[in-house]
Amino acid sequence: MSTAAIETVFGSLENYSKGSVEIISGKASHYAFSNIFEVAEKSAPYEKVIVGLNLGYVIETLRAEGQSPWFTAAHDEFAVIMDGEVRVDFLKLDEPLTDGEGTRLAGEMPLGKPMGYVLLKRGHQCLLPAGSAYRFDSSRPGVVLLQTIRGPLSVVKWADICLK
Amino acid sequence: MAMLETAADPSAFAADEVQASSPHAVTGYRSFKLGAFELSRDEYFAHIQWPAKGETRSHLIPVDAFLRAMMRDVAWGFFYGWVNFDHVIGTRNYYGKVDLYAGTFNGVLKAAGVNYTENFETPKIMATFKAILRDWTNATFDPFAAPEETGSAFGRKNGDNIEAIERFRIATKRMPGLPDDSPLRDDLPVNRQFADVSQEEPEIHAAEGFEGQLHAFSLFKYLSRSDVTWNPSVTSVCKASLFCPTTEEFILPVFHGNDRIEWFLQLSDEIIWDVGDKENGNPRARITMRAGDICAMPADIRHQGYSTKRSMLLVWENATPNLPQRYESGELKPYPAEF
Repeated sequence: MSTAAIETVFGSLENYSKGSVEIISGKASHYAFSNIFEVAEKSAPYEKVIVGLNLGYVIETLRAEGQSPWFTAAHDEFAVIMDGEVRVDFLKLDEPLTDGEGTRLAGEMPLGKPMGYVLLKRGHQCLLPAGSAYRFDSSRPGVVLLQTIRGPLSVVKWADICLK
Repeated sequence: MAMLETAADPSAFAADEVQASSPHAVTGYRSFKLGAFELSRDEYFAHIQWPAKGETRSHLIPVDAFLRAMMRDVAWGFFYGWVNFDHVIGTRNYYGKVDLYAGTFNGVLKAAGVNYTENFETPKIMATFKAILRDWTNATFDPFAAPEETGSAFGRKNGDNIEAIERFRIATKRMPGLPDDSPLRDDLPVNRQFADVSQEEPEIHAAEGFEGQLHAFSLFKYLSRSDVTWNPSVTSVCKASLFCPTTEEFILPVFHGNDRIEWFLQLSDEIIWDVGDKENGNPRARITMRAGDICAMPADIRHQGYSTKRSMLLVWENATPNLPQRYESGELKPYPAEF
């Protein structure tokens, strides 16, 4: 029996291998197939590109590079770091958003109390609690996956990212 | 399982409605009646019988595959939409009632009129399925495990494995590890095929007065310790949007036909999906997903995945009620985007 070690293959901005759709009948575009590392590779820093859409709910891919704006939302959101190392700072807002859906900009210097920060590496998941503001910081390019609702900052570009 | 946990486990309600025979003199297994269906097993096969066109029709499934499929159907509470055990037998969830069908979603059998469907109250079919799993799963077999991880399902009755089939159901309200929410998996061992996955947790630095209000954990560590295969479990809840990652190895034991769109994001390694028409089973596509790939499963297909190495998959569900009617009426298209 081979004694080769188990290797779990994760993707990264610098090393990913996109899969494929072999069609027997129908259209490849109906599967909206993309690769999040390729999407992040071709995106501006912290551009919120929709890679999954389900009746208003979205999964977005963000290229983490440098410092992001302050974001906020009236509901919980979640981030999973797929590549790189990202710091997330949190503010408890004095005047939190109470309605609307999706991520909003919280302004240049939102008023609130610093809640602290978390340091995330690949595979780490973080709660972005409703009513807080959060800001990403990354010294080298990384990839963030965001679970949220489609909002004014969400970017749709299926034709550029999906197999057809 | 991948739904918002609102209802109590219905299985306890209808235990007295289970119609079981006494153990067979040779094989030691009980057989079960569920409406006009009869289910039995022998050393190698599950046998399913039903009436059609005035005759008894029958179908055989290798018992290891049958028990793996039934384990998922039970653990998922009949899941969303259609759970096809194979190309003939399966269940359709109406969330309170469940169809058991034979051949109804097989183009050839349906056209021949030899198919049969019967509708059951969920507690009755759940209690019967659980009784079958309890009786037919021997001490040597864990139907939640990959083949390399467990022993044989074959042969005459030989003990039971109640522990394996009664695993505690985890319901996540917001995110695992929060107070009053589902636990992390620090006390489960790392699966042999994830031995190289980092076990480092994120650093949390809460400011004074905000202790316990920031929350993060290592999702990949959590998944590396999953002790079951092909079992979507909720890890984050954004209203009706549910992230339900799972670890996959060998073959998805069912061909899932959803009554809504769902999405897959491959977190590690590779899965190949066979995609067929939901109604008749005709092949439509074969999709290879590697780490970072994301793709929709439209609402008019069925799919079954193959994973050689244990891999991490994010299954993303929209748990909004009334979606099945909105897709069936044509109000919603079966695919997510037009471009």
